Amino acid sequence: MNHRTRSILSFLGIVASLAVIWEGYKWMGQTTGGTWPYTTVRLPIRTNARSMPHLWDIAESLFQPARRGGEDILLVILLRSAWFTFRSAAGGFLVGSAFGFGLGILFVRSSIAERGLMPYVVASQTVPVIAIAPILVIWGGRLGLPQAVQVAVIAAYLAFFPVAINTLRGLRSPAATATELLRSYAASPAQQLWKLQVPAALPFLFPALRIAATASIIGAIVGELPAGLSRGLGRAILGFASSFSSAPEKLFASVAVSALVGILFVGLVALVERSVVPPNRRVTVDAERPLA
Amino acid sequence: MTPTISLDNVSMVFGSGTDAVKALEDIDLAVQPGEFVSLIGPSGCGKSTMLRVIGDLISPTEGIPHVNGKSPHQARLDRDYGMVFQSATLLDWRTVLENVALPLEIMGVDRPERDATGRRMLDLVQLDGFANHYPWQLSGGMQQRVSIARALSFQPSILLMDEPFGALDEMTRERMQMELLRIWEETETTVLFVTHSIAEAVFLSTRVIVMSPRPGRIVDHIDIDLPQPRGFDTREHQRFFELITVVREALRAIENESP
Repeated sequence: MNHRTRSILSFLGIVASLAVIWEGYKWMGQTTGGTWPYTTVRLPIRTNARSMPHLWDIAESLFQPARRGGEDILLVILLRSAWFTFRSAAGGFLVGSAFGFGLGILFVRSSIAERGLMPYVVASQTVPVIAIAPILVIWGGRLGLPQAVQVAVIAAYLAFFPVAINTLRGLRSPAATATELLRSYAASPAQQLWKLQVPAALPFLFPALRIAATASIIGAIVGELPAGLSRGLGRAILGFASSFSSAPEKLFASVAVSALVGILFVGLVALVERSVVPPNRRVTVDAERPLA
Repeated sequence: MTPTISLDNVSMVFGSGTDAVKALEDIDLAVQPGEFVSLIGPSGCGKSTMLRVIGDLISPTEGIPHVNGKSPHQARLDRDYGMVFQSATLLDWRTVLENVALPLEIMGVDRPERDATGRRMLDLVQLDGFANHYPWQLSGGMQQRVSIARALSFQPSILLMDEPFGALDEMTRERMQMELLRIWEETETTVLFVTHSIAEAVFLSTRVIVMSPRPGRIVDHIDIDLPQPRGFDTREHQRFFELITVVREALRAIENESP
């Protein structure tokens, strides 16, 4: 069995185990009447059809019309929303990552810029995106930006931070002797950057890009709400959340589709990483997780 | 004849005030073209600092170094130095050949020429056949040979070597010493070599400079009058042992001086 089949099998195994845990917990709750077996201690989450719909009900809801009398099944609607959200997220990811990378280069070249700007960069991430999104949307609207672009800006706002931090770290990673070596060849600052620092930073950059990918999806979903968009996953989630009590499985289904979009996006980044960074150069980086 | 390297009254102080550490004091040194000079002394005697002053990695607080009749800064811009450190410092995303050709790439030499030169250098250190390997696929000794090939690739007139064989095992070390001597003869470079090993200094050098610590000072010049070219039988030469004793006694004299 090669490495690839093994990882696919283990992935499927985990999905299957999670499904068994979900349904098993539900079955246990139904049998005991909502308590841990042989006790009167209540289960933390109720197991009725509203709190925890059966997985097959969630799956089934995907193939039924989303609205009474509607033409499109839920899956089509969610995929359409997901595609819309993904485009904003991908745009924000690209712009945000490029900006973060540029910021990393600026900081490594100028300690004055780093000292002066870093606090603001950090502060930008402590402000919840829910607060910042309406502001960006109002500014974007004033500038006449299309709504999808406004959403992309919010996605970029979340994506740039991990990339900036890890780029900076990666650019600083070469050993002092390596820097001295290039100095001894009278390398220009640009040559130092592109022949030593940037290649050395690549293994640090990709873990950050993976985080930026998920962050940009979150940014896009959250950003869609104040932008007042009628399309997109954020809108869909909000809609199904309000009808949660009557059709909980639709909300769960849209959460699952959102998660899937994130996983696919990260997979896409990992695919690029595989072709750019050889396996022996990958580093594990505990990159800072941005706040959504 | 202008010396390749000359230091006149060079001093180097790190830090200031009460924390100031005098790393080098009143260093006078002249190295003639084609010499192989070793710097030896206990830790903290400033031998690496001296190498870094000459290589323009740091500027001395006092005194004027000259390299090929120029300032070290100008000599660096003219690419007069090839440097080899204790760690091979190869770039692990580049193949062996790309590592060797890195200085040429920085100098703007075009690809066919730098590949050809790189391959010639790999021949010189007997690593032909490893051009397309990556550094992590090589042993420590082979990596250090690559770093020597890299230092020689642009034909610098001076090789500055900071304990280049310090991390190697005894067998590899002796083989590398032989190779270095062969390369030194073939390329006619001037070598300044920092080491901790008395035997290594005596075996390789035309002159050994003994330094004392705190502050770093030159206390002795010992001419190594062993016949050239040196070979495996040099280590069994009567004179070899005599000179080792001379260097050892010079080093012991320092120890007795300092409390």
